[in-house]
Amino acid sequence: MSHIVNMILKRIALGILTLFVVSLIIFLATELLPGNFAQEILGQSATPETVAALRRQLGLDQPMHVRYAIWLTDVLRGDFGESLANGMAVSELIGRRLGNTLYLALYAAAIAVPLSLALGILAALLRNSFFDRFANASALTSISFPEFFVAYILIFLLAGAGGAFPSMANFRGDPSFGEFLYRAFLPALTLTLVVTAHMMRMTRAAIINLLASPYIEMAHLKGMNPMRVIVKHALPNALAPIINVIALNLAYLITGVVVVEVVFVYPGLGQLMVDSVAARDMPVVQGVALVFAAAYVFLNLAADVLATLSNPRLVHGR
Amino acid sequence: MGLFTGLFWLAIAVVLGLAAGWVFRMAVAAASPRPIARELRTAPLTASFGMLIILIYVLLAVFAPLVAPFPETEVVGTEYQPWDNVHLLGTDNLGRDMLSRLIYAARNTVGIAFVTTALAFILGVMTGLLAASVGGWVDQVLSRAVDVLMAIPALIFALLLLTIVGTSIVNMILVIALIDSTRVFRLARAVAMNIVVMDYVEAARLRGEGLLRLNLREILPNAMAPLVAEFGLRFCFVFLMISALSFLGLGIQPPTADWGSMVKDNATLISFGDITPLLPAGAIALLTVCVNFVVDWQLHRASGLKE
Repeated sequence: MSHIVNMILKRIALGILTLFVVSLIIFLATELLPGNFAQEILGQSATPETVAALRRQLGLDQPMHVRYAIWLTDVLRGDFGESLANGMAVSELIGRRLGNTLYLALYAAAIAVPLSLALGILAALLRNSFFDRFANASALTSISFPEFFVAYILIFLLAGAGGAFPSMANFRGDPSFGEFLYRAFLPALTLTLVVTAHMMRMTRAAIINLLASPYIEMAHLKGMNPMRVIVKHALPNALAPIINVIALNLAYLITGVVVVEVVFVYPGLGQLMVDSVAARDMPVVQGVALVFAAAYVFLNLAADVLATLSNPRLVHGR
Repeated sequence: MGLFTGLFWLAIAVVLGLAAGWVFRMAVAAASPRPIARELRTAPLTASFGMLIILIYVLLAVFAPLVAPFPETEVVGTEYQPWDNVHLLGTDNLGRDMLSRLIYAARNTVGIAFVTTALAFILGVMTGLLAASVGGWVDQVLSRAVDVLMAIPALIFALLLLTIVGTSIVNMILVIALIDSTRVFRLARAVAMNIVVMDYVEAARLRGEGLLRLNLREILPNAMAPLVAEFGLRFCFVFLMISALSFLGLGIQPPTADWGSMVKDNATLISFGDITPLLPAGAIALLTVCVNFVVDWQLHRASGLKE
């Protein structure tokens, strides 16, 4: 048992190291900013004295490693600095929108995960049938579609003139849970469609790989009920690849969310990031990028750990 | 439009597309020398259709000024004109001819995506081969660096880098090429790792071949097949990423015609039941699907998988 704990601790340490390096890259971003950061804020008409004063105020007169240490401790305490555009605390800007983005991602995942697992297993069982071919072709097609294409097709079909759903996710007036599900339905459906194809294909590949192994064939040969073969023999071993598939796609959702939020004017982190990039509002971009990267690293980490735990050979060791 | 009429038209489009693919396959096979013709006849209908469409895109991109009825950036009418005889697909939000911009965008968007992919490949393959053939700490440093870079989601990383360097076409090409080259590096290194242990590479080393010659003459030719298929896949990713960035207003900048920003600029029309803004998005999707079809066929052929 102890060596599995060791293995997981090692993996977590690696994840933390990765996050540390990522934070370093994100921090260095400001260093590489061409020109003088303080000058950029104050504009062309600033006198050398005010520029120097602002540099002191921002701590830019300190050496780089000192500033990184200060920045990192601030970030760890939840202080991402202030927005250059409106002077608001970045942590507050992020905090207000993080919830919205998480709800949307969870909403999409709640539809996409069961749907794609079921479709993937079905496609694997009915291998080379018409259903399998159709599912494969549509998966290939939807992987090739840009997210905004899917989103606008849905708007065209389900919103707009005489449509049943709103094409803009408007959250004014603190909507109830049911109301939220209704208003965020189109963005969630877009994300679902984008992710489902990929997830289904990966599930199908994992299950087919498994069904080809000798012990499954043996179970079939001794006349076992096909349903029982799947549930009792195949599924426990399919757990690891399936967990991997889910985590990888949730990580993928995090990036997908950016474009979809912009299409539906959904007040989430992605929208905030895009606006800030256009305005070159560095502290906000840094904060949001860090949050996205942390979520991405964490999901990959979780996938690895869970996959290890679901493998008895690794858990019990030799 | 009901769901079933929609499905009906979709089915007709699929059948017509496959038929066009069949005709194209026959025509090209008849026109080309025998060994190539034999290969072509094994192509599935989807791949033939894909090649036909790619050819059409390339022709449109090359001959854009001859095909397009109006100039790329000139305002030739009022805003949002509907489809008529003069402006076949109407006009956009500034009164520019939609059809002409669609055609010019084939040149801009596809051209830029191609250049970006090529850059990513030059960078990724060079470093990948270097890591595999030199090994030791060079390999360790490059591989760990790529591991970390790949731990950041691609789109987020691109947005971060674009904030630093500012949004322009050249910057976008460089940023995406850099991010994408990490993925190419992984593959190139993995493929080259299996090649550097071969006897003929050992012989070449003993013969005293330099690093450059060793990589270009011995390793690269034998790593070519998987890399070519990967080029198609990476092109799709790069193409979609550029479209996404342009759609967000951070990629190809106006007045250059580009499919991603055309969707963004005319999106309001969709709420009024006008499908014009869907056309550029559809053009992106169609090209990506077709490249995927061809890549699928090539991968299938290279791996010898018949399932």
